[in-house]
Amino acid sequence: MAEAAHDSHPPHADGPSRAKVLLREPLVLNHRSYSWVTNRICGIVENPQPKGWWLIVIPCFLLTCFMAFCFAYLVATGVGVWGPNHPVAWGWDITNFVFWIGIGHAGTLISAILYLTRQKWRTAVNRAAEAMTIFAVMCAGLFPALHVGRVWMAWFLAPVPNSNAIWQNFKSPLLWDVFAVSTYFSVSVVFWFLGLVPDLATLRDRCQPGLRKMAYGLFALGWRGGNRQWRHYEIAYGLLAALSTPLVLSVHTVVSFDFATSVVPGWHTTIFPPYFVAGAIFGGFAMVLTLMIPVRKIYGLQDLFTMKHIDNMAKIILLTGTIVGYAYLMELFIAWYSGSIFEFDAFKWRILFGPYTWAYFAMFFCNVIAPQVFWWKKCRENLIVVMVVCMFVNAGMWYERFVIICTTLARDFLPGQWDMYSPTWVEIWTFIGTFGMFLMLFLLFLRFLPVIAIAEIKGVLPEADPHYDPASTRRDNLVAAPVYEGDRHEVPPGTSVPAPRGAAPA
Amino acid sequence: MSTPLKRVHGYLAEFSSTQEIFHAAEKVREAGYSSWDVHSPFPVHGMDDAMGLPRSILPRFVLVGGIIGLITAFLLQYLTQVVIYPTVVQAKPANIYTIPAFFPVMFELTILFSAFTALFTCLIMMKLPRLHHPLFNSRNFTKFSDDKFFICIEARDPKFSPEKTKAFLAGLGGANIELVEDEL
Repeated sequence: MAEAAHDSHPPHADGPSRAKVLLREPLVLNHRSYSWVTNRICGIVENPQPKGWWLIVIPCFLLTCFMAFCFAYLVATGVGVWGPNHPVAWGWDITNFVFWIGIGHAGTLISAILYLTRQKWRTAVNRAAEAMTIFAVMCAGLFPALHVGRVWMAWFLAPVPNSNAIWQNFKSPLLWDVFAVSTYFSVSVVFWFLGLVPDLATLRDRCQPGLRKMAYGLFALGWRGGNRQWRHYEIAYGLLAALSTPLVLSVHTVVSFDFATSVVPGWHTTIFPPYFVAGAIFGGFAMVLTLMIPVRKIYGLQDLFTMKHIDNMAKIILLTGTIVGYAYLMELFIAWYSGSIFEFDAFKWRILFGPYTWAYFAMFFCNVIAPQVFWWKKCRENLIVVMVVCMFVNAGMWYERFVIICTTLARDFLPGQWDMYSPTWVEIWTFIGTFGMFLMLFLLFLRFLPVIAIAEIKGVLPEADPHYDPASTRRDNLVAAPVYEGDRHEVPPGTSVPAPRGAAPA
Repeated sequence: MSTPLKRVHGYLAEFSSTQEIFHAAEKVREAGYSSWDVHSPFPVHGMDDAMGLPRSILPRFVLVGGIIGLITAFLLQYLTQVVIYPTVVQAKPANIYTIPAFFPVMFELTILFSAFTALFTCLIMMKLPRLHHPLFNSRNFTKFSDDKFFICIEARDPKFSPEKTKAFLAGLGGANIELVEDEL
C-alpha cells in the first residue's frame, strides 16, 4: 500500500544486477509529513475530548474519592479493617502492590531497553508507556504505605535514626524495596520529563498567549531546539536509558527478594528474581496494549501506532508469557527434585488439594495458555483477540501474585495455624479505587500532554535523515515489505485534521 | 516619549528540510562563524559534525555523580549498621562481612544520583531553564517546533556583518531571513 506508488518508477541503472533487498516496513504509514504529525498529536490536546472521555473520567474520579475515604477509614480505625489475619499477614495489599509495580515495568522496558537496542518502533509507544509506569508506581506505593498501619510513622522507612538512635535495618529486603521503588519512581519521572520538554515546546508554540501558553512555556523550560542543546540532550537521554535498563531489572528483583530471602516454603526459591522480572514485563505489555488499542482507535493514531507495533508487542507477550510458564513448571519441578518436604507440600497445597487451587489454574490458564494464540499471525492481527488475551494477562498476573502470597501463607508450617484469607469491603474498594485513579491519571495525561513523542516520531520519518534521497528508495531491487491486514483497513480518513483551538502559526 | 531601545540578536534564516539545513550548516561552519546555532524540531543525525561541535562532556559529570551516589550509600549503610550502632538482626553479623547485604541500596543510589546529575548537568549545559530568549520575538521562529529548520547567526559573532551575513544566508537558500531584535 505505502510502497505501491514506487512500483511504477523506472528502474535504476544498476538495479537488475543487484540482489533483491526487502524494504523495512515504514514506521509511519501513508508518508505523513512533519506537520501532519504535529497536528495530529497536538490536536488531541487542543480539541475538545470525545464524550466517552467524560463518561470514563467522572466515574474514575468518584472511585478515587471513595478510595481516599477507604484510606481515611483505615487510618482512623486501624489496619484491621483489611483482611490480613494471623497466617496471611500479607493479603490483597501486597498482592496489589506487586501487581501495580509490575505493570510499570513495560514502560521502562519500552523507553529504555528498546532505546538502547535501537528498536525505532518504540517511539510511537514510549510516551504513553512511561506515563503508565509513573501512574502504576503511584498506585503501587499506596499499598505498602497504608500497610504499615500507623502511616504517621512511615518516616521510619527513611534513613534517619528514630528517637532511640536506632537506624533502619539495611540488611532487610523490605528496606531495599523502599530504596528500589523510590529510585524507580524518581528516575522514571526524570526520564519522562526530559522526553517531554521538546514536545511541551511544540504545544507552547501553538497556543494563544494566555494561561495555557504560560503553563506549557514554564515546563518547556524555554526550549529552542538548538543543536547546541540537542547534542547534550541526546547524550542525557541515552544515559538515562542506560541507567534505567539495569534499574528496571533491579526493581522487580528486589521486590522478589521480599519473598525469596524469607524461609517460607513456596517463597524461598532462587528462580524468583528472573521470574518476577519476566512476569512484570509480560503484565506491563498487556496493560500497554489494553490502553493503547482504544486510544489509537478513538484518536485516529493508526498511522503512527501501526499494526506492526501491536504485532511486536504481541510477540513480546508470547515470549515473556512462555518464560513465565517455564518458571511455573521449573518451580514445581524443583519443589519435587530438591527433596524438601516443606517445599513440595507447599506446592501440593497450591495445586492439588489446597483451598486456592482454582486461583492457581486461573493463573496458569491466563498467563501461559491464553498468550499461546499469538503464535498465529492471524491472532496477532485481530485486535479483538489481542484485547481479550491482554485482559486475560492482566487478570492472570494479578492471580499470580495472589497465588504466591495468599495460598502460601494460608498453609504454614503448623497445621494449627492454618486459616483462610478473604478480603474485606475496604480492601476490595481500595483495589477498585486504584484502577479508578490509574485510569483518571491516564485520561488527564491524554487531555494535557502529547500522547506520542512528537519530536522522536519526526526523527524516524525517512526524510529526517539528512542523507535521504527520495530516488534511492525507488530502485527496483527493493521489494516492498508485506502489508499488515489491519493496516489495509484502518487508514484514517484523509489527511484532514480538525483545526486546533489555538491559532497555529501560519 | 523616546523610542524603545533594541538590541540586535542576529539573523534568522528558515530552511524546509534536513537535507538543506545539513548542507547549509556545513557552509556556515566553513565560513568561520562561531556564535550560531541550528534549530530543528528533532535532533538531526550528524549535525554535530556538520557544525563542527565536539562530543558532549556530560557523561563525565554523570560518572562522578554515580560514584558519589555509590560512596554515599556505602557510608550511609556501613557507618550506621557497623560503626555507630551495630545491630545483629536475625543472626546476621554487623561487621565487614555484612557488605554484600548493602549492595542493593548501593546500586539504587548510584542510579539515583547519576540520573539527577544527568538531568541537572544537562540543563546547565543547555543553559536552560530560561523564561525568555530574543528568538521568541520572532513570529516565524515558532515553526521550529513544527516542521521548519532555522539557522541563527548571532550579532556577537566577530564575523557578523549586517549586510554580508544576510547575503550569505540568502545564498545558502534560506527563506524568510529576518533580523531578530530584543528590547533592552
